[in-house]
Formats: sequence, structure tokens, C-alpha cells
Amino acid sequence: MTQTSSPTPLVQITDLSRHFGANQAVKNISFTLNPGEVLGFLGPNGAGKSTTMQMICGNLAPTTGQIIINGHDLMDEPIAARSNIGYLPENPPLYRELTVDEYLDYCARLHRIPYGEVAQAIDFAKAHCGLEQVGKRLIGNLSKGYQQRTGIAQAIIHQPAVVVLDEPTVGLDPIQIREIRELIKNLGQDRGVILSTHILPEVQATCNRVQIIRQGELIFSGSIETLNRQGQGKQMRVAFARPPNPAQLQQQLATEQISQIDPQRFQIQLDQALLAEKLVRISVDQDWGLFELVPDNSSLEDIFVELTRSDSASQNREEAA
Amino acid sequence: MIRTIAWREFTRMFLSPLAWVILAVIQVILGWMFLVNIETFYQLQPQLVHLQVQPGVSDLIIAPLFSLAAIMLLMIMPLITMRSLAEEKKNKTIQLLFAAPISITELVLGKFLGLFYFVLIVCSLLMLMPLSLMFGTTLDVGKLLSMFIGMLLLLSSFAAIGLYLSSLTDNQTIAAVSTFGALLMLWIIEWSSNAQALFHYLSLLAHHQPLLAGEFSSADVSYFLLIMLLFIGLTIRQLDGDRLNA
Repeated sequence: MTQTSSPTPLVQITDLSRHFGANQAVKNISFTLNPGEVLGFLGPNGAGKSTTMQMICGNLAPTTGQIIINGHDLMDEPIAARSNIGYLPENPPLYRELTVDEYLDYCARLHRIPYGEVAQAIDFAKAHCGLEQVGKRLIGNLSKGYQQRTGIAQAIIHQPAVVVLDEPTVGLDPIQIREIRELIKNLGQDRGVILSTHILPEVQATCNRVQIIRQGELIFSGSIETLNRQGQGKQMRVAFARPPNPAQLQQQLATEQISQIDPQRFQIQLDQALLAEKLVRISVDQDWGLFELVPDNSSLEDIFVELTRSDSASQNREEAA
Repeated sequence: MIRTIAWREFTRMFLSPLAWVILAVIQVILGWMFLVNIETFYQLQPQLVHLQVQPGVSDLIIAPLFSLAAIMLLMIMPLITMRSLAEEKKNKTIQLLFAAPISITELVLGKFLGLFYFVLIVCSLLMLMPLSLMFGTTLDVGKLLSMFIGMLLLLSSFAAIGLYLSSLTDNQTIAAVSTFGALLMLWIIEWSSNAQALFHYLSLLAHHQPLLAGEFSSADVSYFLLIMLLFIGLTIRQLDGDRLNA
């Protein structure tokens, strides 16, 4: 675990557990969040992401464990703790029969923003979420993307120190996804953001720290770079106009880690002995007609799958044995 | 904070046609009853003169009107209270309230106050009918006030019971039906032929009748206040429990 020891973490979670009857959804999770961090909470569906988010935001009481938000214990000082949090649940909590302005006005007041500053807060939230044009429209008539943005606006309207977003880009089109990611990055500059998702590229695009959760347990916690490093170097996808046969390629590059994708394309594992530069030089020397050299992003995905699946598979084998 | 939630609850009622329709239906039916009662009063008036204790306009027109209104609202209040928390649970908007820096007590009191605003409107509209008689006759203002307060207390108790039953489920129909059942049961509980003192004490009707007759006793008023307190308390407990067990 790479926990930067800062004097005042925004969120400090210790041994958090939650049972639903006999089922333990979250098992002894501990982590911290510091200002300026965007923490990606990654895991397959049903891993316990939403349960953890709900507990941080006071929607669910933990079975055991402690949650401290900006110095306030969520159990002992719930109101002080919750006033430091903005929360977008999995289903945005929207009143369909209200207009965006009415809804944000209500949210602002619920968060105890003084009367004189409510209008300003609404403008702030709308400007950040690109909602200026739809203030007078009924939420029920908005598209899914705008509804999602309204949900995010609600979470940031009181400018909380911690913003918790549960799968914020679900149901958005690619342009909106990019805008929301930009927004999340901006939010992460001066506050702490916790982002839950099962989409890996989202974490790569927005987060500077990632935690992987599987079956209620934290199985990985560290920076994106650490996660990348777990992939033992970079994978490259290369394509040749006049491809050599795989054996020839292996011999020339002096590496075993080559797999053929189609007649022209190969996947090659790079390491210290084989840098991209060397690969290009050899292919020019041999006149293979290199026309494509792409870092293979799926490697991170592989790690994710490996981390979240392989252990459970081996566990199943043990149980079967 | 309580008032913010109450006002939102109240205004949201009027964003759907339901509240308007309910108010219109109540007003039309009670208006008709009011006119019928006046007609009856005119026919009876010559005979009343011979009675030793002469019943007045309040007893012959207004008390029956309020009795009918109480029965009608017993059926209608569940439709108003059903959505209060059940809808928030269903649409998960309750998460917004749970995540906001407000206590469960504030949340429940806000919800109740919102319902109370509606009750206040119903009672005021109801009150307009007897008050219109002031143009033609003199009214027993004390009696009228007692009826008004009685109605307010009765309907607020309905609202508290409905609010609690709405907190138990995320299905509005179930909330409405169970509220209706509970209210009716509390209404008729004293009909049993060998009614125990306890049953009589529990009955909403038994505590409402004296107020209609102009008897303002603190025992009856406390009964209604206790009912409200009990069910508001139960609602707070229920929502707190939701966070633990949901």
C-alpha cells in the first residue's frame, strides 16, 4: 500500500466492514484520501464498490470500522462529517418533476448554504457541469447525460472537500464522458475525489491513484504507474507490410515473448534488452516494412482481469480439491 | 432546515395533479353536503322553536359537515401521505437526504410539516363554508374554533400515521392501503359491543366527537398529540434502522 502520510487526510477509513445477513459485502478495508488526489475505486460488478461509497457518505452504517472525514468521525459527528462530502450515488437522486434550477436550489439549502449565497452556488455548479442552457427545464425531460450532469452538479454545489462519484460516466456519450472526466480532473486539483468504476480506461484517464476491490477486499492499492509496472514492461503491437515468420522474428529480436495476432500483426513484449528503438532499427535493417507500432493498452486490462479473476479461480480450485 | 424540506414536500405535491384533484373533489362533495344541510335546517326550523334547548346552526349544519369531512379524509389522506417516503425510497432520492448534513429527525419533521401545510389548506377550505354563513346569521365562534382545531388535530394524526406506514415500504400502493386500514381500524375500534375502556380510549372517533360538539378537553387534545409524537418517533426509528439494515 502506498499511503502518503500527510498530516490531515481528507478521508481516513480504518477496518471498514459491512455485512448483509450472512454475506460480507466489504471486508476490513482501510485507506486514506489526501487533498488533490483522484482515487479510482476499481472492481467488477458486485465487488462492494457501491457499498463502500454508501458507507463513506452516511447512507449505510458500517458493521464495524471507522470513517473520519476531514477530521470528523462519521459516527460521532455525522452532520459535520457529511457537510464535507458531495455524493453522486449510482442512480442520480433526482426529482423528475422539478426544474434543474429548483432542484439545485433545494440541494443548496439542504447543504445549509446561507440564503444570500444560494444563487451564486447554483451558478457555480451549473457552470462547472455545463448546465447553463437547461436551468429552466424539467429534469424528467432531460437526456440521460444531462441528468447525470445534474447529479454531479448536486454533488459539488456546496464545494465539499471530498467528492464521491459512483460510476459517474454510465450512460453518457463519448463527448460527454470526456467532458465529465475533465471536470473530475479539475475537481481533483484542490479537493479529494473518490471515483468508482468498472471501466479501466476511466481510471487511467482521470485518477492518480487506484484501488482494486474484489469480493469486498482491497487487493491492490497504488499509483497508476505501479499498476503499469506490474505488467513487467510494455507491450507493443507491431504490423509489418512484409512480415517475417514468427521463428525468424524471435531469432532476430532475441526474445521469446512474441505472439502473432494476424498474418501481419504481432504482439511483442518490450523490456530493457529490447527497446522500441531497437525494434524499429531491426525492422528497417531487415526491410520488413514496419507501418504500425502501438503501445498495447490492453495490458493494464489484463492485469485488472488477472487481479480480479485469477485468485478467485485458484480459490475455487482449492475448494474443489 | 425543517422548513426547507417541508416547503419542498408541500410544493412538490402541487406539481402533480393529485393534490389539486383531491382538493377539488373534497370541496365539491362537501359543498354539496353543506347546501343539503342548509336546506334541511330551513325545513326543520319551524319545529325547532318548540324545543326547550334549541340546537343552532353549528349543531345542525356544521357538525354533520365536519363529521362527513372526517370520514372522507380518512379515505383521502392515505393518498396524500403514501408518496411521502415510499416514493423517495423507490426513486432512491432518499440518498440525497441521507447524504446531506441533516439529521433523520429534521428530515422526518420536515416531511411531517409538509403534510401539515396540506392539512392546513384542507381545513381552511373547509372552514370557508361555515364562515360564509356569517353573512346571514351569528355563529358560535368558540364552537367553530373547537371544530377547526379538532379537524386539524385529527388530520395531522392521519398524516403522522400515514408518514410512518410510508416509511415501511417503497411501494406507494401498499403504503396507501395499509394507512387506510390502520385509520379505519382506529376509527371503528370502539364499535365492538362489549367495548373495553382501552378500545374506547384508542379510538380516533371517540376523541374527535367531543371537539365537534365544542367540548375542548385537554385529554382529547393530548391524545392526538401523543398519536403524532408516537408515529413521528416510529418513523425516525424506522429510517435510522434502514441505514443499518438496508
